[in-house]
Order: sequence, then structure tokens, then C-alpha cells
Amino acid sequence: MTTVTATLTPAPSAALPPPASPRGRGLAERLSPYAYIAPFFVLFGVFGLFPLLFTFYVALFDWNPIGDQVFIGTDNFTRMFADPRFWNAAGNTVSIWALSTVPQLLLALVLAHVLNHARLRFALFFRMSVLVPYITSVAATAVVFAQLFDRDYGLLNWLLGLVGIEPVDFVQSTWGSHVLIATMVTWRWFGYTTLLYLASLQSVPRSVFEAAAIDGAGPWQRFRHITVPSLRPVIIFTVVTSTIGGLQIFTEPLLTGSGLTCGAVRQCQTLTLFLYEQGFGQFEFGYGSAIGVALFVMVVAIAAINFVLSTRIKADR
Amino acid sequence: MTSTSTRGRGPGRVRWWTYLLLSAATVVCLFPLYWMFIVATTDTATATEMPPEVVPGGNFFHLAGLVLDTVPFVQSLLNSLAVATAIGVGQAVLCSLAGFAFAKLRFPGRNALFVVVVLTMTVPTQLSVIPQYMIMSELGWVDTLQALIVPGLASAFGIFWMRQHISATISDELMQAARIDGASTAQVFWRIAFPIVRPAAFVLGLFGFITAWNDFLWPFIVLKSPERYTAQIAIKALQNSLDVDLGLAMSGSFLATIPLVVLFVVVGRRMVAGILEGAFKG
Repeated sequence: MTTVTATLTPAPSAALPPPASPRGRGLAERLSPYAYIAPFFVLFGVFGLFPLLFTFYVALFDWNPIGDQVFIGTDNFTRMFADPRFWNAAGNTVSIWALSTVPQLLLALVLAHVLNHARLRFALFFRMSVLVPYITSVAATAVVFAQLFDRDYGLLNWLLGLVGIEPVDFVQSTWGSHVLIATMVTWRWFGYTTLLYLASLQSVPRSVFEAAAIDGAGPWQRFRHITVPSLRPVIIFTVVTSTIGGLQIFTEPLLTGSGLTCGAVRQCQTLTLFLYEQGFGQFEFGYGSAIGVALFVMVVAIAAINFVLSTRIKADR
Repeated sequence: MTSTSTRGRGPGRVRWWTYLLLSAATVVCLFPLYWMFIVATTDTATATEMPPEVVPGGNFFHLAGLVLDTVPFVQSLLNSLAVATAIGVGQAVLCSLAGFAFAKLRFPGRNALFVVVVLTMTVPTQLSVIPQYMIMSELGWVDTLQALIVPGLASAFGIFWMRQHISATISDELMQAARIDGASTAQVFWRIAFPIVRPAAFVLGLFGFITAWNDFLWPFIVLKSPERYTAQIAIKALQNSLDVDLGLAMSGSFLATIPLVVLFVVVGRRMVAGILEGAFKG
């Protein structure tokens, strides 16, 4: 985040002077910068911004892709608020997001602190190891974890059985499926987040840690009073990005449970799954888009709350 | 708190529990992949035996053969390769161009446009899949690979990342010298700027490749026919027969993961360095 703010103001001498020879290169040269940045703006406009705005429009219709499009105002929203399946999906989404974000960020904090040690041996090996889950696809991850967490044949329940705990039905129970999905998300992302934190930590002068140690600060105090405060900008960044990504979770629940409902009683159906079920399963584009709008509002609101909270903590210190 | 005042126990020494913690993290990170490999080489009966099998079995080629019989898996790997490569190269080139413009060229609206680029990173667009699908439908791109490729060719993050690198590594003197020699903007970019930032563009392309390779939701929506499937969608198709044979889904997952593991072994060091270099900080 510091980097963002710092670079928004251009460096004083950063600009390239126009070509020395004015001959024949007038207009094309002056327009060339726009040509260089145009691809992004065109692509984002067509496949990002326009669809987003169009979602708000479609949500006002009873829109069948092969049938009629009838303007119905806010009926889709009235229907949605009265739909228990919507509230169930919204609850599941928030629950899974919270269960996956909090442990992930805490784990990453501790590991980054440890990996930042100046005399750590095999540092590259550990850094590469924690990045392995990031390169593993969600689809492959879901298949493996569903098996590891299986009620009857899963390794995890076998281990739990060894210490005398009854098998847990991770796939069919509500909290169990949430834990399973959150575990997958945490597993895939904690190493990446760790390296982001480590990158930021490495810009803290090592002498700061050494001086604190000389003054008698133990590992925990150094972690709490140096590591965590200096990481605040990047923590805010990861909280916001994991909110944006985590609330749109789709693949893990789809491949964990039985299809679009994610289980017999929709125990792990998230909003994106519900959107997909209504849009592409029932061909209710209007209703599906209304769910998209609700998801949008939720993502923006939770990201904003997180942002305010994270900066508030900073101000208090 | 602890006896840190004792000589030699400051931050200079690594304690044993540090290695224990990191080893545990390593095991946690690698174990699922190892387990995938185990199950992909044994049959379902062995995979569900407790205590679990810990050495690979000899069933891999049988299962791999089954995978190929069930879905056009080789084709799906090639599709993934095509899509991921196109996106990786597209990101590297287009984001370098835009990053170059924002870092080194002077034009009206530059700062405002860059702020717009950064702001787009915070817009959650993935949830507007219904209109996105409608657009692809209008373009006649449903069930084609370009529906996956084109939207991913440039990214705000990539522009941000390349701009950072170009600002940091290319001096204005160098650019001015080229200008005085009469080089056009395009020539300055291709002959001077791009060769210098190629390592950064490579890392960016790599991240684009990996993200595209592992993408699921959008291919799942757009692709219809099995011969267009990417590897991830093929895994999903195999998983539909999970009750029939667990080893089958696991073999497919394993086959789809091998290329990335190989890639990671080759370039993982550069990826780590890329993240630690700091442009990912924000």
C-alpha cells in the first residue's frame, strides 16, 4: 500500500522528452502513449466494467436467455430477500470467508516473522515450499482434500480415531463442510501471503530488530511491537484482497459437495454457486444478476469495513 | 521476556523451534501433493485402507489410461497450455507497453489514467459472470478458447508491476540518448526498455500463466464440448465419476498438476524472488 501511494505521484524527472527530430513523427508519436495503454482499457471496459454495470440492469428484468425479457423493477430483489436459500448462501459465504481469512493471515504473520531471520538456513527451500500450494489448482486441491477429509476412508478421520475422536462428517455437516473448504483456501494461500509479508518485512532495517533485542525485547515482543506494526499496510492490502476473492468462492464448494447446491441441504452453497445455479442452471438471468448485485454490495461493504478497521487500529497505536 | 539478555540468544541465533515450525509448514504444503501421487498410483481399495499406504503403487499407467479413455485429457492439457501461454505472453507484452507509457512517456491525462488503472484492481468483476457470458454469446465466442484468452491479456496489476520496474531500472539519460539518436518511441521501447525489464516481464507472464492454468469458474461457464475443456474442467468431469473410482479423479488431478510442478522446479526461485522484490506489496 505504501508503494501504491508513493508511486501515484510521478517521479519529477520520469518523463521522456519528445523525439529530437520533429520530422514526420508528429501526430503518431504524440498518440503512441495512448495506443500503449489502450489494450487494458478496452479489455477492462468490455469484459469487466460493462458487464458489471449490465448486471445492475439485468437484475431489473425477468430475463430468460432464450425467451422474453420483461422489466419487473425491483421484483427480483423482493423475491431474493424472501428466499431462504439466499440467506443460507449469504451466511455460508461469510462463514467460510471468515474461517479461511483469519487463520491464513495469522499463520502468514508468524511464518513471515520466522522466515525473516537473518541467519536462517535453507531459507530458499522453505520459501519455495510454502509457495507450492499456490501453484496447485483449486480443482486438484478439492479432489485431494475431499478424500483426506472423507468420513469413512479419510486420513484425517483415521488420525482422529487414533486419539479416540468419533469420525466427523466433513462433507455432509454444515460446520464440517465450512471447515473443509476454509482449510483448502487457507492451504492454498497462506504461503503466498507469507511471502508478501516477508517482502514487506525485509524493508525494515535489521538494526531495528537487533536494537530491540539488545534492549531486552523477547521474540514475542519483537513480533508484536516491530513485525506486526511495520506490516500494517500490507496486512490491510491482503485483508481487502482476500475479502474480494474469498467472498466470490466457487470452485472449492462446487467440487466438495454434490454439485451446485453443495450438499443435500445446501450446507455449503455459497453466493457464487447460488448465482450460477439460478443463472445457468435455471436460466433465470435476472434473478441470478440480482444475486450478483447483492454479492457486489456485500464485497464492497465488507472490504470497506475491513479497510476502516485496519486503519483505525493503526491510528490507535 | 525470556533470557534474551544472555549472550548469543538475540535475533542473531535461530532457535530449534523455528526449524520445527518451518518443517511442519513444509510438510503441510507438500503432503497433499504427495498424497495425490500415492492415490494416483494405487487403486481405490488401497487408497481407502487404514493405516494408509505410504509408498506409490504400480497402478499409475492403468489409471492414466482410464483417464484418457474417460475424457480427452491430452487435448485438455494442450488447451490449458495454449490458453495459459497466450495469457502469459499477452500480459508480459501488453503490460510492459502500458507500464512503459506510464513510467516514461509524457502525455495529457497520464496521472489520472494511472489512478484509474490502480482503482480497477479493487473492483470485484468476477461476480458479473452473467453479462460476461452474454457478451461472449453476442461475439459468438461461447465454447471457444479465445473467450478465455482475450479477457486475460492485460491486467491492472501487471501494468502496475511493470511500471514499477521500468521506473526503477531505466534511466532517463539512457532514454534521452536514444532520443537524440533519432529513435522513435516504439524503437526506444523494443530496443532499449523491453530488453532491460524482460526478467520482470517474465515473472509477470509466469504469474499470468499459472493463474490462467488454474482458472476454473470462467472456463466452467464458457466451455461446453469436451474437446475444448481445459485441464481443470477435465478434472471436474472426472470427479463426476468419483464414486466409481477415486483413483481416476486423483490421477487426472495429478496429471494436470505435473506440468506446473515441473515449471515450478525450474522457475520457482525466480517466482519467490519476484514476490520478494516487492511490487506485490501493494
